Amino acid sequence: MNISNQEYGELAKRHSPPSAMYKTIPLAFAIGGGICVIGEAILNMFQYLGLEPDEAGMWTSMLLIFMSALLTGLKLYDRIAQHAGAGTLVPITGFANSVVSPALDFKSEGFVLGLGAKMFVIAGPVIVYGISASVVYGIIYYITTLF
Amino acid sequence: MDIFMEYVWAFLIGGLLCAIGQVLIDLTKLTPARILTSYVVAGVVLGALGLYQPIIDLAGGGATVPLTGFGNLLAKGVRKAVDMNGLIGAFMGGFTSAAVGISAAVFFGLITALMFKSGSKINEA
Repeated sequence: MNISNQEYGELAKRHSPPSAMYKTIPLAFAIGGGICVIGEAILNMFQYLGLEPDEAGMWTSMLLIFMSALLTGLKLYDRIAQHAGAGTLVPITGFANSVVSPALDFKSEGFVLGLGAKMFVIAGPVIVYGISASVVYGIIYYITTLF
Repeated sequence: MDIFMEYVWAFLIGGLLCAIGQVLIDLTKLTPARILTSYVVAGVVLGALGLYQPIIDLAGGGATVPLTGFGNLLAKGVRKAVDMNGLIGAFMGGFTSAAVGISAAVFFGLITALMFKSGSKINEA
C-alpha cells in the first residue's frame, strides 16, 4: 500500500479507539461530581457549626486539601485518578495532589531543589497565570471605579 | 432551596466541569498542568464578568470545589481589595484570597512528603 504520512495519520486516527471516551467522560463526571458533593456536605457542616459562608468556604478548601494530601501519601489518590481522569484533576483536591505528589516523588533529590522546588512544577504555572489574570482584572476594575 | 436539590446541582455542575476537562484531555491532549492553568484563568475571567456567582448560587460546592471556583475567588478578592485600597489592591487581592488554598497545599504537601515514603520507581530501585 502506498500512502502519504498524512493519509496514514488519518487512517490510524480513524481506526484507533478514541481512548474510550464513552468510558472516560462518564467516569470523570461521576467522580468529579462526587468530590463536589463531598465539598458541598463539608461546606454545609461548617455553616451548620455557625461559620460565615466565606469562612466556611475557606475551611472546606483546607479540609479537602488535607484529605487529598493524605490520600496522595497513601497512594490512593493516584489510584482513583487512573480511572477518574479529569474527575480528580479539576477539583481543588487535584490541585493539592499536583503539589503533594511531586513533593513526595522528588524528596530523594533533596529537600530544597527536590521536594521544595518540584512541589511547584504544576502549581507554579497555575499561580503565575491565575495571579497575573487577577492583577489585570484588578487594574481594569480600578479604572472602571474612577468613572 | 430544597436540600436534596442542592446536592443534585452540586453533583451535576461539578461533574459537568470535570467532564469538560476530560473532553479536553481526550480530544486535544492538553496536559494536566495546562488544564489546571486554563481552569483557574477561566474562573478569573468568568468571575470578573460576574458570570460565576450565579453558578455558585445554584450549585454551591459544585462550582466552588472545581478550580474555576479558585479563579473566581481570585477575581472576588481583587475586587474587594481594590474597593478597600485602590489601585494597589490589584496586587493584593489575588494572593489574599488564594492564601488558604496555597498555604494548605504547600504545608500539607511538605508534611506528607516527610511522613510518607515515595512510591516512585526511582526510590524502590
